[in-house]
Amino acid sequence: MVNPFRGFGAVFYKETLHVRRDFATLFFSLIIPILQMFLLGFGIDTNVRQINTVVYNADGRRESRELLDRLRNSDTFHLYRFVNNDRDLNDAIISGKCRVGIKIPVDYSDKLLHNMSAQVLVLIDGSDSSVAGQAINVTTAIGLDESLRRVLATSDSAFAVDMRPKILFNPDSRSPNFFLPGLTAVLLLNVTTFLTAFSIVREKERGTLEQLFVTPVRPMGLLLGKLLPYLCIGFFELCMIVFAMRFIFSVPIHGNVLLLAFLSLPYIFVSLSLGILISSKATSQAHAMQLAFLTILPSIFFSGYIFPRETMPKFFYVLSYFVPASYFINITRGIILRGAGWSHLWVDGLALFLMGSFLLVTAARRFHNKVIMA
Amino acid sequence: MTASDQPAISANHLVRRFGSFTAVNDVSFRVQKGEIFGFLGPNGSGKTTVIKMLTGLLPLSSGEATVQGIDVQADPESVRENIGYMSQNFSLYTDLTVTENLKFYGRIYGLSAERLRERMDAIIELNGLGPYLNRLSAQLSGGWKQRLALGCAMLHEPKLIFLDEPTAGIDPVARRQLWDLLFELSAHGITFFVTTHYMDEAERCSHVAYIYFGKVIADGTPDALRELPEVNPPGTYRVEISAPHVTSALRFARTVPGVRSSTIFGQSIHALIDDHLDLDHLRSQFLNNNVAVAEIRPLAPSLEDVFVELTYRHQAVQEAPRG
Repeated sequence: MVNPFRGFGAVFYKETLHVRRDFATLFFSLIIPILQMFLLGFGIDTNVRQINTVVYNADGRRESRELLDRLRNSDTFHLYRFVNNDRDLNDAIISGKCRVGIKIPVDYSDKLLHNMSAQVLVLIDGSDSSVAGQAINVTTAIGLDESLRRVLATSDSAFAVDMRPKILFNPDSRSPNFFLPGLTAVLLLNVTTFLTAFSIVREKERGTLEQLFVTPVRPMGLLLGKLLPYLCIGFFELCMIVFAMRFIFSVPIHGNVLLLAFLSLPYIFVSLSLGILISSKATSQAHAMQLAFLTILPSIFFSGYIFPRETMPKFFYVLSYFVPASYFINITRGIILRGAGWSHLWVDGLALFLMGSFLLVTAARRFHNKVIMA
Repeated sequence: MTASDQPAISANHLVRRFGSFTAVNDVSFRVQKGEIFGFLGPNGSGKTTVIKMLTGLLPLSSGEATVQGIDVQADPESVRENIGYMSQNFSLYTDLTVTENLKFYGRIYGLSAERLRERMDAIIELNGLGPYLNRLSAQLSGGWKQRLALGCAMLHEPKLIFLDEPTAGIDPVARRQLWDLLFELSAHGITFFVTTHYMDEAERCSHVAYIYFGKVIADGTPDALRELPEVNPPGTYRVEISAPHVTSALRFARTVPGVRSSTIFGQSIHALIDDHLDLDHLRSQFLNNNVAVAEIRPLAPSLEDVFVELTYRHQAVQEAPRG
């Protein structure tokens, strides 16, 4: 009777020894993601504020100055430059010094006084879509608001429709609240994939893997024995990240932290299995590193971490279902921001577990065949 | 046939092809229990491929092999339970201590805690690892690494141990000590399958096979090989010629009629001479031509002579059909 997990205990014992012996190196590799989190958490603000704006105020009278004050008070525009002709206005945008240009024509105040429609030209640099979008929204809103006030001032009626938007879950639109739960998935993936990939490729380089294959160790026993210690380390890393997120960046966690911890296990399992699969292909640590990097960009761009998955073209939307980070970002944002529970998220956890099992079994088969073909 | 007189290894017509390349071409040999079997051959001749086939790592393209009475293809797992293997780079975990390495391999073979302790004590005693138990294996010298690796390979008391170039890159004293250890273990009935490049090691084996480009071209005890008719063609004898200037002596020797082949061995020349050219005649040939020689004496062929001779003959056979 062949035990498919033969050698698991021995490999587990040895792997924990490796970890203990070289704990310093390991600890640094675990600290680096925390440092990255500090950089990104403090450095990145996803809200668009204080856009550099160039102004050509050809009118210059009270009405035009009032309009500029309103733009300034929106917190969206930083009136940074004032010019006196169209050429300088264009130039400031082309050179990249300003993202938005506002031209108030010479007859602005006259037209307002005569109840005619006054036009204001807003030039927007479209090279950054989030900046352009925000500039359009705010200028249009200010224009509408200004017009309404003037129209209403001459009649007694009130606002016909009053939209009252209310943002759930992150009312202040604090960037870290939105940003860090997603970042958790990316950082965790980075660290854990490398852990298993390197651990096995190192054995290839030293020739110890070949030695193991001449013993009764079975591929599954070997791989699980390698995987389990690193699952603990990955979990420890997750705890550090969540701790920093909660207590240093003050991101409130609306759901159950224990559920988050539990659902992180299948995700760590997936990325460790991915590392193992990489190690079945890679012949050196440098090679493993290249392959691991291949997996990182899709995890950032196709997981909904930066761009919403729903707006992707059909093909990439389907592709995003094969990116493990998609599920885990849904889990972290769900639990941390929306207070989602087990009934909302068990499917994501199951999907991750199945993906991890598939990767691990594939890797085990590859190792089995490699033994045969080496 | 009873289990006790079954050979430790029986390889019958092993063939291994990689695409169109035949790495192992119809290799057959038998290793009896308790032998130290030396498996020799140049790099790339198929030595490692044969080991991989015998340990169940590589399927056979054709042929069959039994190791310790177990069919390698039918049950490679059982084969691996019953053999020890030490690779040429010793394959130790350098960041683990001597004890930890031993414990790891003990657990791999599923030894109980009690048995593991017993076996570790026995191996530490036998290999003299006592003073180094808590040292990282990275800090051991080549010789001690090799003893530890051998210890790891025999924890589970295999009756057959494969040693792939066990002495590559270690000092002569450690080399000597390893061979002493192998003889001692072999006396206890353990069979060794050893690959090596050192001819002096080949001379110590109780049974030697030489593989050349995938074919075994010599197989027998060292003494039997030395007496092969191909190596000692009728009407010839071997001499050792010592000379102060070996290279010029060799150049001259090759022009003397009756000298069939000649090679430099350190400070002397080994030559195969036709019977009609006796020793005195040969000596006078050198003196008459002012080539200094110190001594010329008859010599039994060494294993190296055997392998050189057989390799030439094999090459001649290979090339004959083309020419």
